[in-house]
Amino acid sequence: MSALSCCNNSAPFRFWNSSIGKKIIVALTGIILVGYLAGHLVGNLLIFQGEHAFNEYAHFLQTMLHGYGVWIARIVLLGTLVLHVVATIQLTLANRIARNIQYQCPDTVTATVSSRMMIWSGSTILAFIVFHILHYTVRVSPTLAELGENNPHAMVITGFSNVLVSLFYIVAISLLCSHLSHGVGSIFQTLGLRSHKTALAIDLLSRAYALAIWLGFISIPVAIMVFGFGK
Amino acid sequence: MANLNLTLKVWRQLNADDHGRIETYEAKNIPNEASFLEMLDIVNERILVDGGEPIHFDHDCREGICGMCSLTINGIPHGKDKGVTVCQLHMRSFKDGDTIWIEPFRSRVFPILRDLMVDRTAFDRIIEAGGYIDIRTGAAQDANNLPVEKDKAEAAFEAAACIGCAACVAACKNSSAMLFVSAKAAHLNYLPQGAPEKQKRTLAMVRQMDAEGFGNCTNQYECEAVCPKEISADNIAKLNRDYVISSAKEAVG
Amino acid sequence: MLNSNIPSGPIEQKWTKHKFESKLINPANKRKYKIIVVGSGLAGGSAASTLAELGYQVSCFCYQDSPRRAHSIAAQGGINAAKNYRNDGDSVQRLFYDTVKGGDFRSREANVYRLAEVSNAIIDQATAQGVPFAREYGGLLDNRSFGGAQVSRTFYARGQTGQQLLIGVYQSLAKEISRGGVTMHSRTEMLDLVTVDGHAKGIVVRDMVTGEISSHAADAVILATGGYGNAFFLSTNAMGCNVMAAFRAHKRGACFANPCYTQIHPTCIPVSGEYQSKLTLMSESLRNDGRIWVPKNAADCGKKPSDIPEEDRDYYLERKYPAFGNLAPRDIASRAAKEACDDGRGIGPSGLGVYLDFRDPIARLGEDTIRARYGNLFQMYEKITGENPYTSPMRIYPAVHYTMGGLWVDYNLMSNLPGLHVLGEANFSDHGANRLGASALMQGLADGYFVIPATIAPYLASQTPGSVTTDAPEFKKVEEEVRERVGQLIDITGSRTVDSFHRELGHLLWDKCGMARDKAGLKEALKLIPKIREQFWKDVRIPGSGNNVNAELEKAGRVADFLEFAELLCHDAHDREESCGGHFRSEHQFTDKSPEVKAGKTQPGEAKRNDEKFSYVAAWEFKGVGKKPKLHKEALKYEAVKQAIRSYA
Ligand SMILES: Cc1cc2nc3c(=O)[nH]c(=O)nc-3n(C[C@H](O)[C@H](O)[C@H](O)COP(=O)(O)OP(=O)(O)OC[C@H]3O[C@@H](n4cnc5c(N)ncnc54)[C@H](O)[C@@H]3O)c2cc1C
Ligand code: HEM
Ligand code: SF4
Ligand code: FES
Repeated sequence: MSALSCCNNSAPFRFWNSSIGKKIIVALTGIILVGYLAGHLVGNLLIFQGEHAFNEYAHFLQTMLHGYGVWIARIVLLGTLVLHVVATIQLTLANRIARNIQYQCPDTVTATVSSRMMIWSGSTILAFIVFHILHYTVRVSPTLAELGENNPHAMVITGFSNVLVSLFYIVAISLLCSHLSHGVGSIFQTLGLRSHKTALAIDLLSRAYALAIWLGFISIPVAIMVFGFGK
Repeated sequence: MANLNLTLKVWRQLNADDHGRIETYEAKNIPNEASFLEMLDIVNERILVDGGEPIHFDHDCREGICGMCSLTINGIPHGKDKGVTVCQLHMRSFKDGDTIWIEPFRSRVFPILRDLMVDRTAFDRIIEAGGYIDIRTGAAQDANNLPVEKDKAEAAFEAAACIGCAACVAACKNSSAMLFVSAKAAHLNYLPQGAPEKQKRTLAMVRQMDAEGFGNCTNQYECEAVCPKEISADNIAKLNRDYVISSAKEAVG
Repeated sequence: MLNSNIPSGPIEQKWTKHKFESKLINPANKRKYKIIVVGSGLAGGSAASTLAELGYQVSCFCYQDSPRRAHSIAAQGGINAAKNYRNDGDSVQRLFYDTVKGGDFRSREANVYRLAEVSNAIIDQATAQGVPFAREYGGLLDNRSFGGAQVSRTFYARGQTGQQLLIGVYQSLAKEISRGGVTMHSRTEMLDLVTVDGHAKGIVVRDMVTGEISSHAADAVILATGGYGNAFFLSTNAMGCNVMAAFRAHKRGACFANPCYTQIHPTCIPVSGEYQSKLTLMSESLRNDGRIWVPKNAADCGKKPSDIPEEDRDYYLERKYPAFGNLAPRDIASRAAKEACDDGRGIGPSGLGVYLDFRDPIARLGEDTIRARYGNLFQMYEKITGENPYTSPMRIYPAVHYTMGGLWVDYNLMSNLPGLHVLGEANFSDHGANRLGASALMQGLADGYFVIPATIAPYLASQTPGSVTTDAPEFKKVEEEVRERVGQLIDITGSRTVDSFHRELGHLLWDKCGMARDKAGLKEALKLIPKIREQFWKDVRIPGSGNNVNAELEKAGRVADFLEFAELLCHDAHDREESCGGHFRSEHQFTDKSPEVKAGKTQPGEAKRNDEKFSYVAAWEFKGVGKKPKLHKEALKYEAVKQAIRSYA
């Protein structure tokens, strides 16, 4: 599968190339992303604390560790995301190949819809992340770029005033919620930390986390669009 | 003692190279008490008398233990009744007028041999890779010299109940063999007798599983839901754990 | 013609002495010998893996898709051993005695003693392989009791003892397959045996996927192909169990011993209709707690069991055999059930059933305890019948289960055809006229793990390794015959299905040569079987070709052999003018007038042996299809035990 035949037998390579090893990577990167999301959400919610608090938080992020902090975070996150995406795409492809023929009369006993569309929810999230970064981080729009420099709070409000932007955001966050509702519980199983005794609790935790993320993130565009928050 | 009239949609395929298609059969006047396979016997008897070739399917013990029977009924391996193989499924689970789809246990790793019969030798190769305890005949000590904690023994037993039918693979959306492999590994990995070879066994079995081309587990638990022996997905968690530990030991040791 | 080769000396020393005196093959030479093992059950699988461990080149064959699926997998109850872990007075001597007595004094003493002697090593071996036997809280192995014994010597793994033992065997086989010591051929059926200069040197097989017919040569051939219970069509055996391998060997010169010793198991789920394809056993272990009864009055048979008061119930086993009660041996319990039903007191829709009731043990021990002991069996019963055995008693009836008869073998497990060794249920050796529960698993594993590895060496040592290859004209000839026969079957293109013939034969055997037999019935069967056979060869219909998977062709080959074998079975039953164990001739039973009954040694209706005339193994030589086979007798000499009336009262 790989051109790197010289290190075919090295331990990390073998680990990565095994089904379970790759899944473990997905789970570990999943944990980082899940953790990041929680932090990101808490930060974002500061928007409801008012302009000052939010801008201060944005400023803190920008200047943390003399400005290196945000880059370290970005690199770690990017690396994590790349690993997560590459691994999950490879796994999904391998799975499609293994199940090359479908049943004429298919049925599903217990697998959730969320669990069955991880690649689609994931891809949408990826598209969204790209858009989101271009939108608020790289700021390809000159208006937002200018606002971003001085007043991130205003940038966010302006950004979400665009209905299409908000709609895409809501769709993406909803799919993220779906991704997490399966993903968070899945981490425990993949890492060997789930058993029948804990299954129910893990399931609930997974769904609760997904719901919290959904409510939290969705609240911002909804507040801006529906309730005219910040305008 | 009501009798049933059913419509069967059956996968027919002459051999591995043939394309295969669904064919429709009327199954008339089927006794309620008959087992699913006996229903097929009755249908086959009629096909034969009418000059056709019977529907081929694997079966042997017909009491849910040999793991030979392997039919997917309406999209569910072994049918929708919990904790039974298809040979233990009885016609009283169906209603008069039902249409029943009967397909083989599908997976890329299991080529179809004829109609509903598939080749599951990949499972044997996984066991050959390391699913055993390497003890020579005659070398054993007295059986009671090695006590085994009752809960370990029970857990090993629960895993050992696997009949190797491959319904788990057939049900899995990814055609993953994790439930089977994890059960086989857990049976031996739980026991003190299996401890010396635990690392080697775990790595070898997983590597063979991957080499066969099975998919990987996305924690959807379809396998557990259809398993006729109700093998627990806890074994998969254990295999994941054992695999990480074994890989780490292999890397540093 | 038949030399049993029993070593001389006191019975306790025979095996040790024999091993010491037998020739060995040095390790470097073992590699040069090829051995064919047909069968991957407990007997064949354990033999194949152990012989490969020793260094021989082994080829192993089975008709299932994996060696792990041999019918040994279905054994539920347990496996005996003389460990005496219970301190209840067990010993090798007692296991030996119980087994000889259980076999109604029709087995070969020396073999049985050896079986008891190696029984303990089997438990050690299996445990070391990871077989998850039931354990007590202290972590040590648990035991339960089984029919025909008053000690608790049965090791078990819930209701899956056979599956767990077989997985142990299969895993050690897998180990040898991966090491290269065993070449496994699954989905491959042995269709004939090849002899060269009177020695068994190979087999002809059919690949059940491609239809290819090919030959395999070896220095010795081992058959471990299981029993022939399916001659009766309905039995507790798997659908594929057959007599083909053994019968082909018989037709090539191997004597078939005691075919009339067939075991009818008392606790099976009753037949529910004509469409029925097999019968399901409910483990004998249920008789540990369950109580068997029928109504005292035929008039009560239609009533709900809960409406029949205690005083109107006949717990007939407890009544007739107070010492053993519900744990009376199988042949006796089966016959008692038949008697009750013949008396018009059978229950269930067909009137062919008795109750196995757990009401009292549930009241005494609680439902949870009963669930822990028998949960999976109860569940199985419920799945099949749709009735809940916790609230209403199970309905059971005897069914064909095991066959004590088989190819004749000497002490080395070699048949009268040099080079042909026979293990497990396929041989006749250890169970006499009746097998006790939990002793078939013991025998299969004893044969494969511990006996054959030692006893095959003397034969091999007399042979030049690799002296015969498949190029020998004998192979070409047999291959040709096999091809012809397959072609012949396909060419008949008649109008009846294979199953219809099998069913017809089965009904006939069950009626005339089942739980009770008599001269007139057997005569009639001997007249009718050739007729069915003739009809079969004229009118069977096998669609498709031989070059593909073809289930009808496989079945036809097996049924064709059953149709010849059935005659042998009836000849033996007809010839044996006595009742013993599983062979009950209605003419030979104790009556009120018998002196033994008057002396209180037995009861009317019990099997009456005739030791003076019939203390022998009946080994039959094939003389042609439809011809009466020739009887050879191996006299049974009892030195260590005294033949006695087998009483369980
Ligand atoms: C339902 C049931 C429950 C039982 N419970 C118990 C119990 O609790 N305790 C006990 O001691 N005994 C029990 N027995 C009996 C015991 O299980 C069997 O007698 C024993 O397992 C037979 O083992 P075996 O190795 O001789 O044959 P099997 O396990 O039957 O193996 C036969 C092998 O031969 C192969 N074979 C057959 N014909 C051919 C051919 N022509 N070509 C190629 N391969 C062929 C098959 O593929 C298979 O691998 C039970 C039996 C049954 C049916
Ligand atoms: C914020 C971003 C993301 C988070 C928090 C996240 C989280 C997770 C988690 C926790 C899992 C479960 C891991 C496991 O099974 O143990 C998972 C699985 C998965 N993720 Fe993501 N993910 C994110 C982004 C993505 C992206 C961008 C993709 C795009 C391809 C993706 C595709 C997948 C797929 C396909 C799986 C299933 C893999 C499997 O079960 O084998 N994810 N994700
Ligand atoms: S785990 Fe269950 S479904 Fe899978 S092979 Fe074993 S018994 Fe069959
Ligand atoms: S036929 Fe043996 S499990 Fe179904």
